Amino acid sequence: MSSESIALSTVGRDARPIGERLHDWVVTVDHKKLGILYIVYGLVFLVIGGIEATIMRIQLIVPHNRFVSPEVFNRMFTMHGTTMIFFVVMPILFGFGTYLIPLMIGARDMAFPRLNAFSFWMTAFGGVLLYFSFIGGNGLYGAGNAPDVGWFAYAPLTARAFSPGHSTDFWTLALLVSGVGSIGTAVNFVATILCMRCPGMTLGKMPLFAWLNLIMGGMVIFAISPLTAAQIMLSIDRYLGGHFFDTQAGGSAALWMHFFWIFGHPEVYILVVPAFAFASEIIPVFSRKPIFGYPVMVAATICIGFISFSVWAHHMFTIGMSSYGNTFFTVTSMIIAVPTGIKIFNWLGTMWGGKIHFKAPMLFCIGFLFQFLIAGLTGIMLAASPFDWQLANSYFVVAHFHYVIAGAILFTVFGAFYYWYPKVSGRMYSETLAKWHFWLFIIGFHLTFDFMHIPGILGMPRRIYTYEPGRGWEIWNLIVTIGVFFQIAGVLAFVVNLLWSHWKGEPAGNDPWDAWTLEWSTSSPPPDYNFAATPVVRSRRPLWDLKHPEDPDWKYE
Amino acid sequence: MAGIAVLLAGALLAATLCFGAPPDPSQIPSIFRPQSTPANSIFQLSQLVLAITGAIFAVVFSLLAYSVRKFRQRDGDDGREPPQVYGSNQVELAWTVIPILIVLVLFLATARVIHSIQDAPKPAGAIEVIAIGHQFWWEFRYPALGVVTANELHVPVSNPANSTPTFLTLLSADTDHSFWVPRLAGKTDLIPNHPNHTWIDPEQTGVYLGQCAQYCGTQHAKMLLRVYVDSLEQFRQWVEEQKKPAVGNDAVAEGRRIFESTACVNCHAVTGTIADGHFGPDLTHLMSRDTIASGAASNTAENLRAWIQNPDAIKPGSLMPAMQLSEKDMDALTAYLLTLR
Amino acid sequence: MFSLIGAESAIFTIFVVAYIFYLGKSVSGPTPADVLELPIFSTVCLLSSSLTIHLAVRALRQAKIGAFGLWWFVTLTLGTIFLVSTGREWHHLIYDKGLTVSTNLFGTTYYSLVGLHAFHVTVGLLAIALTMILTLFGKVGPEHSERAEVFSLYWHFVDVVWVVVFTVVYVIGR
Repeated sequence: MSSESIALSTVGRDARPIGERLHDWVVTVDHKKLGILYIVYGLVFLVIGGIEATIMRIQLIVPHNRFVSPEVFNRMFTMHGTTMIFFVVMPILFGFGTYLIPLMIGARDMAFPRLNAFSFWMTAFGGVLLYFSFIGGNGLYGAGNAPDVGWFAYAPLTARAFSPGHSTDFWTLALLVSGVGSIGTAVNFVATILCMRCPGMTLGKMPLFAWLNLIMGGMVIFAISPLTAAQIMLSIDRYLGGHFFDTQAGGSAALWMHFFWIFGHPEVYILVVPAFAFASEIIPVFSRKPIFGYPVMVAATICIGFISFSVWAHHMFTIGMSSYGNTFFTVTSMIIAVPTGIKIFNWLGTMWGGKIHFKAPMLFCIGFLFQFLIAGLTGIMLAASPFDWQLANSYFVVAHFHYVIAGAILFTVFGAFYYWYPKVSGRMYSETLAKWHFWLFIIGFHLTFDFMHIPGILGMPRRIYTYEPGRGWEIWNLIVTIGVFFQIAGVLAFVVNLLWSHWKGEPAGNDPWDAWTLEWSTSSPPPDYNFAATPVVRSRRPLWDLKHPEDPDWKYE
Repeated sequence: MAGIAVLLAGALLAATLCFGAPPDPSQIPSIFRPQSTPANSIFQLSQLVLAITGAIFAVVFSLLAYSVRKFRQRDGDDGREPPQVYGSNQVELAWTVIPILIVLVLFLATARVIHSIQDAPKPAGAIEVIAIGHQFWWEFRYPALGVVTANELHVPVSNPANSTPTFLTLLSADTDHSFWVPRLAGKTDLIPNHPNHTWIDPEQTGVYLGQCAQYCGTQHAKMLLRVYVDSLEQFRQWVEEQKKPAVGNDAVAEGRRIFESTACVNCHAVTGTIADGHFGPDLTHLMSRDTIASGAASNTAENLRAWIQNPDAIKPGSLMPAMQLSEKDMDALTAYLLTLR
Repeated sequence: MFSLIGAESAIFTIFVVAYIFYLGKSVSGPTPADVLELPIFSTVCLLSSSLTIHLAVRALRQAKIGAFGLWWFVTLTLGTIFLVSTGREWHHLIYDKGLTVSTNLFGTTYYSLVGLHAFHVTVGLLAIALTMILTLFGKVGPEHSERAEVFSLYWHFVDVVWVVVFTVVYVIGR
C-alpha cells in the first residue's frame, strides 16, 4: 500500500457561494461531513446542557434560594439529563465513530451512506423537538412547559393524571425519534465494520476503536429497543387510555422501571465503551507502545457488553425486590467490575515502560484513568445493595455518575477532540490554550464532583430544588457550585481553541503524532474518497510496519 | 499558569471553609452515624467496602502516579521507541483472578447483610405502622393502636433486651415516594399498587430527620420527615393523646363552623366532628406537631394562617388550594385550629 | 437486516413480557378465555406466505420472472388475508365483546402486542405491493434477487413473531 494518498489538496478554502456550500452540508451522505455535523450538534447542546446545570447549581448554592421556581428547577434537571445523554454524548460519540471508522478500516465510506444521513437528521430533529417543548409544551394555556418528570420519567408520575398537558409527550416523542436515529447508526456501524474492512484486516487486526464501536453498536441495537417499546406503551397509556403503567387499574409502576433500566443500564455502557475506544487509541500513541493485551481488551469489552444487560435492577434496589432479587443484581453488578478493572490495568500496562508525551490528548486520558478508577470504586459501593439503600437517589449517586460521564467520558472526548482535530481540520490546535482548558476544567471538575459525594452521605436526596439549612449541607453545595465556574472557563478555552485554530493554526500534515493507524496515512483533512488505493494491511499497526520495515508488528502478533 | 489556577482554587476553598457556620451535629442526617440496627448493619458493611475500595485505589493510583513520573519522555532523549511489549498472559491472569477473589469476599459480606435486614422476623412487641405517601405529605396509621397522624412519626425507643422495633408497611396514594431517615435505616420506596416493608429499632431518643427520596412532583423537595423516638412512657402518653377525638370548645365555635361548611372537610379529617376527608392530613391533633406542610414551616399561628391563606407562598405547587377567606373568617378559623391539640 | 431484526426482536420481547406479566392481573372486564378464539385460518395463511415468498425469491434468482411474479402475488394475497382477518377479529372484539385498549390490562396488552405485529405486517405488505407494481411494469429482474432475499428475511421474521404471539396470546394465555 502507498504511504501517501494521491490527493488534491483540500486544505485550501472552498470558493463556492455560501448557499451552495450549506446545501452541500444538508444533503451530504459523506461520512466525514456527517461525523462533523454530529459533533458540532453535540457541542451546541453541551453548552445548552451546561447552562441548565449552571442554573440548577446557582439555585442550590444556598438553602431556600429563590433563583428559580420549583417548576423551573424540575424542568432543568429533566432537560439537563435528557440533553446530555441523548443530544450531547451520543451524537458526539456517533460522530467520531462515523468519521473515523471507515478511515481506520481502509474503507471509502460507511456501508449505508443514506441511512447514515437519515440517522443523523432523525437524531437532530429529536433534539429540536425536545427543545420546542419550552415554547410549545402546554399550548396556549401554559407557555414554557418543558418536561419535568426527570430523565427516567418514572410511572405513574408520567400518567395523564399527574402530568397533564403535553410536556411529557415531548420527552417521549423526542426520544422515540432520536432512538430510531441511534439504531440506524448502530446498524451502519455493525455492517461497516463486519463487511468493509480492507484486505488483510481480519477482525483480530482492526484497531481497538473499531472493535469497541462494533460492540457498542451491538449494544445499541438491543438496548434502545426496550426504551422504544416502553415509550410506545407510555404513549398508549397517555393517549389511548391504556393501562400499562396505570396503578389504579392493576398496572405496575415497577414494570416501567424494569423496562427503562433494561435500556438505561446498557445505555451508560454504550456511552462509556466509545470513551474506552478513544483512550485505547490515544494512550498507546503518546506512550510510544502498542496497546497492552489487545486480545484481552477485546474479550473484556465483549464481557462488559453482555454482563451490562444483566445488572439493570441495581437502579432499583430500593423498590422492594426480594432479598434474592437484590442479591442477584448485587452479584452481577460486582462481577462487571472485573473486566472493567482489567481494562484499566491494561492501559496502565501500556504506559508502563513507555515514553510518555504530555500533550493535551494524553493529559485528558491520564485524567480519565484517575477519574474512571474512582468512579468504578464508587460504583462498587453502590453495587453493595444495603449500602445502596442509603446512597441511592442521593447526591452520592449524582456524584458517581457525573464522575463517569464528565470525569471519564467527557475527558476522553476532549482528548479525542485534540487528537483528531489536526486530521479533521488540517490545522494544529494551540497547545497552550489546551493546557489552560485541561487545568481549569480538572480543577472545576474536582471541586464540583469530589465534594458532591458528601451531601449524599449526609442525607441529601437528589432532584430537590432547595434544601433545609442546619443539616450540614450548605458548605458542600457552595463548593460544588463554585467548581462550575472553573469548568465553564475551561470549556470556553476549549471552544476558543477549536475556532481560533481552524483559521490560524499551523498546517498539521498527514501524521502530526507519528501514529500507527490508517487514518494517519491520508491527507489532513482526508479527500472525499479517503484512500486513492485500497490499503492492504498485515498487522494491527500498518503505519508502524511502514515506518519500521526492519521490525514490523506482524512478526510478533 | 497551572499554578495560578490551583492557588486561586485553594484560596476560594479556604475562604468558604472558614465562613461556613458549623451545624448542630444532632441535626445532620448522616448515614455514618447510625442509631438503629438496619442503619448500623449498613454502616458496618460500608466500612468493609470502603476499606477494600480504598486499598484498591491506593494500589492503582500509586501505579498510575509512578508510571506518569518514571516513564515520561525526558529532555535529551535519543528519540528511539521504547521496547514494544504486546502483553503478558501471566500478568493478565493475575489481575483477573485477584479481582474475582475480592468480588467474592465483598459479595458474601453483602449477601449476609441483605438477608439480615430484609428477612428480619417481626418480634411480638413490634409497633406496626402503615405509611402512605401522598403528594407531598406523609400519612401514618397505627391500626393496632387506633391512631392516625401525619408527617411526624412517633415511635418508641427499642433496646435489645426488650425489643420494640417499628415495622412499617409502605403504600402510596399517587406517585412513587421514598421513606428515608438516614440515621435509622436505608431508604425504601413507596410505590402505588406495590406494598413495601421496612423496619427500624432506634436505640436513643431524639428527633431524626429525613425526607422523601424519590422524585414525586413539584414539591418533592419539601416532603420532609421527622421521626420522634420517644421513651416507652412518652410513647404511651402520645398514643393516649392521639386516640382522643378533638376537644370541643365553644369559644371557637365560629371557626369550627367555617371549617365544617367550607371545602376544608373535603380533604381533612377531625375525629369527633363531621370532617372526614382523606385527601389531606388528619388535623385532629394538628397542634401536637412541631411543623406544618410536611416540615415546610414551623407550626405557629402566623404560619398556619399564612399557609391557609396562600399555600404557594410557603410551598409553591403543593396541592392545598388557597382558601380565599376574608380576614375575619381567617382569624376565626385559625383560632379553631389552634385548639386541635 | 439481521441487525434490524435484532432490534425489532427486542421491542417485541418487551411487549410479550408485558403481556405475560399482566396475565390474570386485570381488575375487571373480559378475560382472554372469554373472548379469544384461535385464529387458525389466518395463521395458516401467514405462515404459508413464508413458503411462497421463499419460492418467489428462488424463482427470481433463476430469472423466472413469471414464476416470481406469481408467487410474489400469492404472498401479497396471503398477507392481506391475514390482515383483513385480524381486522375482522378486532371488529368483533370491540363491538360484540366490548374489549378496547382501555377496557382493562388484557385489552391494553392484547391490542398493543397484536397491533404492533399487524403494523409490521402492514409495512411488509406495502413493500411487497410496491415490488409487485414494479414487477408488473417489468422493472424487476434477477439482478434484484439479493435485495428480494434480504427483504424476505424481514418477512420471515414477521412470521416467526406471529408464531410467538400466537402461542403466548392464544394458546398459553387463554
